[in-house]
Amino acid sequence: MKKQLICIACPMGCHLEIDIDDDYKVTGNKCKKGIEYGKKELINPTRIITSTVVIKGGIYKRLPVKTDGEISKKLIFEVMKELNNISVVSPVKCGDIIIKNVCDTSVNIVASRSM
Amino acid sequence: MDKYDVVIIGGGSAGLAAALEINKNTKSKILLLERDAELGGILLQCIHNGFGLKVFKEELTGPEYAERFVDELNEKGIEYKLNSMVIKLHPDKRIEYVNVEEGFVTIQAKAVILTMGCYERSSGSIGIPGNRPSGVMTAGTAQKYLNIDGYLVGKNVFILGSGDIGLIMARRLVLEGANVLGVAEVLPFSGGLKRNIVQCLDDYDIPLYLSHTVTEIIGKNKIEKIILSEVKDFVPIPGTEKEFIVDALLLSIGLIPENGLSEDCGIILDPKTKGAIVNESYQTNIDGIFACGNVLHVHDLVDFVTEESRRAGRAVVKYLTNNLDTIEDSIDIIPGEGISYIVPQKINPKNITDKIELFLRVKKEYQDVVFEVKSGEKVIKTIKKRHLAPAEMEQVVLSSKLLETLNIKDSISVEVIQ
Repeated sequence: MKKQLICIACPMGCHLEIDIDDDYKVTGNKCKKGIEYGKKELINPTRIITSTVVIKGGIYKRLPVKTDGEISKKLIFEVMKELNNISVVSPVKCGDIIIKNVCDTSVNIVASRSM
Repeated sequence: MDKYDVVIIGGGSAGLAAALEINKNTKSKILLLERDAELGGILLQCIHNGFGLKVFKEELTGPEYAERFVDELNEKGIEYKLNSMVIKLHPDKRIEYVNVEEGFVTIQAKAVILTMGCYERSSGSIGIPGNRPSGVMTAGTAQKYLNIDGYLVGKNVFILGSGDIGLIMARRLVLEGANVLGVAEVLPFSGGLKRNIVQCLDDYDIPLYLSHTVTEIIGKNKIEKIILSEVKDFVPIPGTEKEFIVDALLLSIGLIPENGLSEDCGIILDPKTKGAIVNESYQTNIDGIFACGNVLHVHDLVDFVTEESRRAGRAVVKYLTNNLDTIEDSIDIIPGEGISYIVPQKINPKNITDKIELFLRVKKEYQDVVFEVKSGEKVIKTIKKRHLAPAEMEQVVLSSKLLETLNIKDSISVEVIQ
């Protein structure tokens, strides 16, 4: 069976075709990221999550954060719940770990700006 | 009156990159003017990732991308002023700005770079019939409320327009617990990047209504309902109305380069891009006034803004050192069949050392076509294209070797051949 996907590994948006019967062989990709994405998207799709957490004493009330790696799509809303329960105090530096090993994914939540 | 070599108006991605590029190549006295309380521009509220793949070879969020440039600017000691609003630009490159500390200030520049970015098209520009209740706002406004200030604009939200900000906001709202009932696009194709359709709408089962638009807004003080209708050639089809109960309607219906200052100064705009008409050096019709970034034409990726602004910065360095050829003889660049615009709009081959990149957008989606580049009636280059979409900016590269062989009186055109 062949499946068509649009690669989201970068903003190019390559039109991929993945042959599931041929060990998930990917065609239509312009770089090797497409091969990795096409296979993973059909087996275990993952995403980077970006959001904000409450910050006290900063120029604004919200600090932007992100996962420092991809997490399983199924865990997105669990991670969001964790982010709602956290509050940090300024100063924070870009890259500082806000939550270590979020939801046992071995991925951290890090600050995506200094504030 | 303070004098500067270069004054850059706008401290977003374009202004930052141009300032750093000039600083790298000269000891010019630079001033960057920013009206907001921080440098970084719209990147600061674009907390999603996807920035920097070309420029840094890694995937960053908007604030991270901005911070790298701002840190470097501080390191290099380039002068900037925050909370400073430019109110007038004169053709002789005098600039008037205001801020709380200094009041009203006039300065003189040798060169000016316009990097004011864009503003969003709002409800007034599309004239939706019905009431004018609260709860109708642009997607970028909702993005600022949510990502900077921490306010959710609604629990049941509909989004009109499938531009990238609207798609990104659909996902953000769902992640924060809102219900996004749908995204409507009046055209038969989306105005956003393909990857955003996949990872913002498909991932969260948000329906995309192509060839649909909002035909009525209902609500006394606060928005209560919208009516969605299918359209054919932009005309609503009677009998296709659907009702949605909403407490917010976001508009993601396009960006317009913010050129009030430029127009007052006498800079000629391209009616298609709504940005200045520029040459290969990003110089406008006024000597010594340059433009780059989203104030010139709307880009899909900030990486392209950075690269363009670096090129503009290098051209300004040439201008300041009298190495820019300013003879009037330029080749006009004309969008042909299927092309909506090309930037730059004219090129002087004398100022092109290696190659020139033309940036263009197509009018509609195409599969397996060819770009045909012509000088007058002569075909000088063809480029195969598997997939083209208006949402994706395309590039055509012409080498200086090729340009040398052309008759300067013949305009260059690019068209889509099916």
